Amino acid sequence: MTSPQDWPLYEVFVRAKRGLDHKHVGSLHAADAAMAIEHARDLYTRRQEGVSLWVVKSSDIVASDPDDAQALFDPAEDKIYRHPTFYDIPKDVETL
Amino acid sequence: MYTQGLLEAIPKAVSALEDSERMARFQARIDAEEKIEPKDWMPDAYRQTLIRQISQHAHSEIVGMLPEGNWISRAPSLLRKSILIAKVQDEGGHGAYLYSAAETLGIARSELIDQLLSGRAKYSSIFNYPTPSWADIAAIGWLVDGAAIMNQIPLCRCSYGPYARAMVRVCKEESFHQRQGYHAMLSLARGTPAQQRMAQDALNRWWWPALMMFGPPDTASQHTAVSVRWKIKRFTNDELRQKFVDFTVPQAQFLGLTLPDAQLQQAADGHYQIGPLDWSEFNAVLKGNGPCNAERIAERRAAHADGAWVRAAAIAHAAKRAARAVA
Repeated sequence: MTSPQDWPLYEVFVRAKRGLDHKHVGSLHAADAAMAIEHARDLYTRRQEGVSLWVVKSSDIVASDPDDAQALFDPAEDKIYRHPTFYDIPKDVETL
Repeated sequence: MYTQGLLEAIPKAVSALEDSERMARFQARIDAEEKIEPKDWMPDAYRQTLIRQISQHAHSEIVGMLPEGNWISRAPSLLRKSILIAKVQDEGGHGAYLYSAAETLGIARSELIDQLLSGRAKYSSIFNYPTPSWADIAAIGWLVDGAAIMNQIPLCRCSYGPYARAMVRVCKEESFHQRQGYHAMLSLARGTPAQQRMAQDALNRWWWPALMMFGPPDTASQHTAVSVRWKIKRFTNDELRQKFVDFTVPQAQFLGLTLPDAQLQQAADGHYQIGPLDWSEFNAVLKGNGPCNAERIAERRAAHADGAWVRAAAIAHAAKRAARAVA
């Protein structure tokens, strides 16, 4: 149902304050990226929610497939030795 | 509430057992309070129910701008005007968050807008009532937004991730809407006798429609079971309505106003019991025969048509900017 006259979809990311990552907050339609920033300002930062905005065309995002989640993420499940809590260290040893 | 049209469209539900294994995994995820995300497999009935519910909610926000927008140019002070503009802008924003959430389910924005403008889509019956006085704006904030919050807070825990996240954002903003309404109502209730009469008149007209926003009584609501199992809905209509009544009666008493219900009384358990609701009125408004149904849709159509040149100009501007960037 999308016609050429429909504005494309952009995903919006907001940095809440300096020192924090940009975080995905939602999406909006805009004719181009510059206008997407203007719309994002009106839609997602009406109450000082951010100090910086990113927009990216939704169609440019490549995402992993949920059906691949097992193959992708489960192999890490049994590698508990990757976590510091795996190792029992005698309590006489300090600052480790 | 904002999705009353669902009353007519009960999903064929679990007949969509496309894949019983996937179905079991889907339900297990919901039972474990995990969210369903856009790219996850989901039964078609879940997808269709959510598209209808989220889009009806979005349409309600968009149409909801009209009764209040009516008073922006006539607000009684510059501060009240600023507040009202901010509130109406929020409603537009809520509509935009929700349309975006609906789009993650695979429906285009243009199709959603088309459903609203063609009259095929439903929106909350409450926005088909007129706002003849300033006190109506106060009453809408206090009662209509108050009822909306009651319904929307559980939706923040809805099983569908994008809807739940949009509702968190909406609820944060909605509290301002209710408080500014009560504040405006308080000013009138403590004002001149004429202002007090205005406040009472608005309460008389909005009380019953606000209670009907929660939808038909549980005994007549057919789609609750599936929606509860899928954690789209967490409380029944009557539970939410009762909670709203219990919160609101003392607020009305504080204003010194009288709720237009001769049968209203507090039961021994502390809950307030209301008199019977006139569901024939609710059904008439929902079917398109409310005081302002035709006017609201006509206004939305006009706004969409009047904005056509802006949408086209933005596309032309984007094309020009892109061409210059290449040159």
